[in-house]
Amino acid sequence: MDLNMDLNAPHSMGTTIIGVTYNGGVVLGADSRTSTGMYVANRASDKITQLTDNVYVCRSGSAADSQLVSDYVRYFLHQHTIQLGQPATVKVAANLIRLISYNNKNMLETGLIVGGWDKYEGGKIYGIPLGGTLIEQPFAIGGSGSSYLYGFFDQAWKEGMTKDEAEQLVVKAVSLAIARDGASGGVVRTVVINSEGVTRNFYPGDKLQLWHEELEPQNSLLDILNSPSPEPMNI
Amino acid sequence: MSSIGTGYDLSVTTFSPDGRVFQIEYAAKAVDNSGTVIGIRCKDGIVMGVEKLIASKMMLPGSNRRIHSVNRHSGMAVAGLAADGRQIVARAKSEATNYQSVYGEPIPVKELAERVASYVHLCTLYWWLRPFGCGIILGGYDRDGPQLYMVEPSGISYRYFGAAIGKGKQAAKTEIEKLKLSEMTCREGVIEVAKIIYKVHDEAKDKAFELEMSWVCDESKQQHQKVPGDLLEEAKAAARTALEEMDAD
Repeated sequence: MDLNMDLNAPHSMGTTIIGVTYNGGVVLGADSRTSTGMYVANRASDKITQLTDNVYVCRSGSAADSQLVSDYVRYFLHQHTIQLGQPATVKVAANLIRLISYNNKNMLETGLIVGGWDKYEGGKIYGIPLGGTLIEQPFAIGGSGSSYLYGFFDQAWKEGMTKDEAEQLVVKAVSLAIARDGASGGVVRTVVINSEGVTRNFYPGDKLQLWHEELEPQNSLLDILNSPSPEPMNI
Repeated sequence: MSSIGTGYDLSVTTFSPDGRVFQIEYAAKAVDNSGTVIGIRCKDGIVMGVEKLIASKMMLPGSNRRIHSVNRHSGMAVAGLAADGRQIVARAKSEATNYQSVYGEPIPVKELAERVASYVHLCTLYWWLRPFGCGIILGGYDRDGPQLYMVEPSGISYRYFGAAIGKGKQAAKTEIEKLKLSEMTCREGVIEVAKIIYKVHDEAKDKAFELEMSWVCDESKQQHQKVPGDLLEEAKAAARTALEEMDAD
């Protein structure tokens, strides 16, 4: 164990973030690990942040950068909503995020996924990766854990899913990424946004299904000694 | 109907004892002395028309445009001092492109009207500026449908079904009120606007005039443009016929 851990390293969200459109809205999902070097600074963070009543953003990369960008955009969107007299569209929210990301690209390190529902376009997902590109997609993945999900989504994604199918897909995907990516972990949080409103869901880490070669959680070897077959690693 | 300011009308930053700002009212007079400008909101779009009084026979037809496009889907027709109008149109275009750069979508007509009105109002607040001597009819088509706004020199802006400014505004308003706008298409609206402008044109007081019209509707694919040449000619012909019938009575 490295006793010289850099506890002052910048807080980075290793992260797995996902945004998926379905027939009627969007589902956003994320893990909950915030790391400072090798130390997990927050094992239950909420990476899905509200911008307006109907638009949320998944944050990845530098925790500070992504929080500040979200804060600025929330402020601008609030004013915009007042002037417009009606809820802002997802596109406008995404564009504001993009402008800040692009114009400050030399100083920022944050990848964001904007997702929401508005009455003109319905459910929409916009990916805004590191350089400040803005791209509208039927689904988007981001963060260090997303590397392990490209093939998975190629196979598992389909157009016009139901709300439950979409949410199950997101939970499964985040869970798979957590299994393989050291910088992702903790719990799975999802946010479902549609014409009826917003629903937050929470999936504790130990309730997620075990994937290939994952072991059951074990509290202590002492527990195993008292069990019928005291062979700890024999599964 | 002239009211004497007597001392309270020397500056736009002075109120009169009865709560009026005379300079703004005088600015409105400049608009009242200009050629008639009308706009109507039909069920599928906006039609605007201008009675362009021709100062000299040497002027090229089609020059001195009074209707300007602000962006793809909105346009402004200006009455009053033409140079002041150019300034406002330039500002409106700038606001529209700025909105598009920041928010990533075309400026909603309501936002545009508010920004134009704000700008016009700004020039009524400082003694080193004079109010704009123009009235503006702003028509646009955004995702909430076609909308028509009118901005006065005081900076007031309202949304209308039908609006008229300039010399013949009273007569024009009366005519517009007779129309059933909610059932009319823009194609029909163009004919009606032409008829109204020909009707309110005062042959005795003013010499020749040129009719300038624009529309933004479903038929123009929600883009602001001059009314197509053949439809314009059809409208002018219908208007002249209607006038002759009236005179014959």
